Amino acid sequence: MKKKRYFGRGVMFLLCLIFAVIFLLPTVLTITNSFMEESEIKSNYGMIFGASGGGYVSEKVNLKFIPDKVTLKQYMTGLITTPDYLLKFWNSIKLTVPIVIFQIVIASVAAYSFTRWRGKVRSFLFFFYVILMLMPYQVTLVPNYLISQKLNILNTVWAIILPGIFAPFSVFLLTKFMRRIPYSLIEAAMTDGASEARIFFSICLPQCRSAIFSIAILVFVDYWNMVEQPVVLLENAEMQPLSVFLSSINQSEIGLAFAMATVYMIPSILIFLKGEAYLVEGIAHSGSVKG
Amino acid sequence: MEKKLKSAKLKTKLLDYFRSVCFLFPSLAGVLVFFIAPFIVVVYYSLIDNVTDGSFVGLYNFTKLFSNYAFRLAAKNTLLFSATAVPAAVILAIVLALMLECRIPLKSYFRTFFLSPMMVPVASIVLIWQVLFNKYGTVNEIMLLFGKEQIDWLNSEYCRLVVVLLFLWKNLGYNMILFMAAISNIPKELLEVADVEGASGLYKFFQIKLRYLSPTILFVTILSLINSFKIYREVYQLCGAYPYEGLYTLQHFMNNTFSSLDYQKLSAAAVIMAIAMVIIIGLLFIVENAFGKDVEG
Repeated sequence: MKKKRYFGRGVMFLLCLIFAVIFLLPTVLTITNSFMEESEIKSNYGMIFGASGGGYVSEKVNLKFIPDKVTLKQYMTGLITTPDYLLKFWNSIKLTVPIVIFQIVIASVAAYSFTRWRGKVRSFLFFFYVILMLMPYQVTLVPNYLISQKLNILNTVWAIILPGIFAPFSVFLLTKFMRRIPYSLIEAAMTDGASEARIFFSICLPQCRSAIFSIAILVFVDYWNMVEQPVVLLENAEMQPLSVFLSSINQSEIGLAFAMATVYMIPSILIFLKGEAYLVEGIAHSGSVKG
Repeated sequence: MEKKLKSAKLKTKLLDYFRSVCFLFPSLAGVLVFFIAPFIVVVYYSLIDNVTDGSFVGLYNFTKLFSNYAFRLAAKNTLLFSATAVPAAVILAIVLALMLECRIPLKSYFRTFFLSPMMVPVASIVLIWQVLFNKYGTVNEIMLLFGKEQIDWLNSEYCRLVVVLLFLWKNLGYNMILFMAAISNIPKELLEVADVEGASGLYKFFQIKLRYLSPTILFVTILSLINSFKIYREVYQLCGAYPYEGLYTLQHFMNNTFSSLDYQKLSAAAVIMAIAMVIIIGLLFIVENAFGKDVEG
């Protein structure tokens, strides 16, 4: 009986190991390949990306983990000699960071309102936020486009930032977190004569600190990855974030593309390594749609 | 005396209302300006014949949309994708969560590994996916070893499979965390009683675990459904704005309509999708209510 159980666990472990390799492979390969010399990359993958301009191109694809010779040349090109990529990276930051910060600020205030005061009208409003949150971009982009046109902010960063700030996602999630705060805490503060602002700042916010971190991470990942909004709302190629621009450098300079792809994942990987515990807690508590 | 009390009560009630509106105002105002008000305009646009001096045409724009080949193709592809990717994302996530629950060594590392793809921007790893799934790519090399024929993954009917795999790679970790949390909330006594009574593993899974998981299953299904509508990102980065026919999604259709600025078509499509979303989610809620009602407290 016991032997059987150990055997089962061994099989599980092996399965997990296989899954882990599959999950890690694309990321690890991208990072290691970014240190390959341009000629090596070309000979390995040249036929796929249609590389031209001489040099040996292998007939078969040659997927390799470890570069023959480690080089930082394409990082130098991407980050120092041609400021184009750095500019796109800066575009990504310019779009993502304001959205994350202001979405959280506005959402935490709104979530306080949904937590502190209940009632028919307000629970209907909350339900309305949930419905809006569930709408795909294909639905929300059309109204976003119309209003941006009306306000004359089409083709500026504001066309993406402003709707992003008011996206209902973090209102929903933060409300769910705040409603877990024991009501006796708020009641005690009220009998002590604390103002609403005081209750909000000294009780609700500190209690929700980890929730705020985890929501900030989730919002960041979503907008760091964005493609739909810039493609529709920003016609100017100069203003596109790196997430859109990366797919257009695939063909010509593969080595550079690998290096820039690696640069692009650095912020989110750093955040992941630092904030994994928050993230897991945040996801786990987002639980069910009801309640 | 009583009157005074009543008016005082009314006063605090009004004051409460005022305060709640104050806190809600920034968010509500933004939502109204950027989502609700323009959406009402969208609904209006979907019912008139042109934007400048439109007259009411009823459902004409909708019937026209449904007879549009590109829209039908996009709708079909999106439905097909969601119908395969969403159930797979739910079921495989449960499997992963149950596997990690088996007290295997290095559990927390595996959790990190499984979750990591969600943090990696898709734009960063599409190069490797192209290497893997190209006609001359690594996957085909491996298939050749087993004597299978080469497949042009991205330019044939198989492209859907590639995108489903990419979707699963990205989303399974997140869903798995949700299920792990739900599994740890199942009352241990219940499972112990089942053990004492000699229940089989299958019985425990279907009769106990699955019932307690049903609200989470609903949540993960809805979440995956929303994410499945975002698959345009992956397709755009993998295959560009004009992919193989099988990957032409609703977002591609919307983008092309945006560039021709056909407001009627855009509005009708947005309204149809909003209605479809509400119906689908409503149905999911009904199913979940029927299935999991005896365990909810």
